[in-house]
Amino acid sequence: MSNGQNGAELRLVTPGMAIGPSSGMRVGSGALAQNDTIIATRLGWVKQLNNTVSVDPINSAYMPRSGDLIVATVAEVRNNLWFMNVNGPFQGLLPMSLAPWKVEFGAARQHMGIGDVVLARVQEVDECHNVVLTMKGVGLRRLNQGSVHSVPITHIERLRGEGNATIQRLREACDCRIIVGENGRVWVDGDAEGIAWARQAIDLVQSSGHKKTFEAELSALENNAPKNGDA
Amino acid sequence: MAGYGDVKLLRDDGLRLDGRKIDEMRPVTIEAGILPVADGSAMVTHGLNVAVAAVYGPMEAHPRKIQRQDRAVIDVRYNMAPFSTSDRIRPGFNRRSREISKVTAEALESVVLVERYPRSKIRVEIEILAAEAGTRCVGLTAAAVALADAGIPMRDLIVGVASGKVEGTVVLDLDKAEDNYGQADLPVGILPNTGEVAFLQMDGDLSPEEFNLAMEYNFKAAAEIHLVMVDALKRRYEGGEN
Repeated sequence: MSNGQNGAELRLVTPGMAIGPSSGMRVGSGALAQNDTIIATRLGWVKQLNNTVSVDPINSAYMPRSGDLIVATVAEVRNNLWFMNVNGPFQGLLPMSLAPWKVEFGAARQHMGIGDVVLARVQEVDECHNVVLTMKGVGLRRLNQGSVHSVPITHIERLRGEGNATIQRLREACDCRIIVGENGRVWVDGDAEGIAWARQAIDLVQSSGHKKTFEAELSALENNAPKNGDA
Repeated sequence: MAGYGDVKLLRDDGLRLDGRKIDEMRPVTIEAGILPVADGSAMVTHGLNVAVAAVYGPMEAHPRKIQRQDRAVIDVRYNMAPFSTSDRIRPGFNRRSREISKVTAEALESVVLVERYPRSKIRVEIEILAAEAGTRCVGLTAAAVALADAGIPMRDLIVGVASGKVEGTVVLDLDKAEDNYGQADLPVGILPNTGEVAFLQMDGDLSPEEFNLAMEYNFKAAAEIHLVMVDALKRRYEGGEN
């Protein structure tokens, strides 16, 4: 459920639909004020919190923000930098000075080629949406093994669960390492069975994570988890 | 030799050849999210017209020369399938499809908040699977639903609808015979919530009074189609937050 609804019925709005009067209210994301009325600019659920009206979009592109931990892939290599696909409208730039290795000019290709997957952090996003990534930091590295799954950006919170409870359950059930990138890419590493199970579980969280039946469905899936079968 | 004037398009009882009243629209159905690979998609049937629209992006605009530093570009490709009419259409772009792609892109740019995604591109593919007059309007409606389904921020939805003139009478939503043998055609793109017109073309002649009546019909039809669009988007996500 969306925050701020306090049990109230969720209201689905489409672009252009009037949400309510703009007097005394602040306009949040996914909405704009037009002629004393707040209108939705996106398809999504109306959210009202602290006098701010916004729309939680059902679908959304990933917009990088400084500090985001993301799973990126190499899209282009130059002599001294890599262009990274961050699963958003803009490519990220990883200069060799922010790579975890000592890279000579012209030797970028020897460290990472097109298609390689990395765990990186967004260092900076400027007003022109130029995105600079860094791989300097604890745990940031090239991901040489495991598999990458994609989830819609709007389902990331659902996948993590409250206080990371859901993702921790999945980790323990399949005995895999799972990293959820803010850009909607999920890296799973473990044995083949574990990865296959994790994939099913991620699909389940996406399709039913918000429903009342989710707990029962996840428990049923956990009974079939490879770790339980081995025990 | 018989001329166009010999084609009878209105019956003696005042109804049209397909039994519709002069201000009656063909039935419209819309389904959102029909293509799982696309970021957003929609299928619109309007009478015998069938249009599918798919939206991808926003994404990095390539080639770079098409990038705009302050906004996204909307790249529309309108195409009629070779089997969409009884006479096979030669596959590929032609002058007509280029023109419709351009006017559709310009109409969509007026509703999409393109300034949110500078230097990027939003790709809209419109495929007409079956054509029976008014395909540019059906394609525009499908594109609007697909954009909303993709989560692209927009000021409003946009509805494509057309009126025209046959045998000196203004009629709403021309069918194939009326389009081919009628006297005028007025396709428009209407923003249903604000009542703005984002796209207007006119083929043939209409007097100011006829134009006003045609626009009145168009606004009425746009309101009806808008309800179907909203219903399609809500149906896709009914049953709770998805």
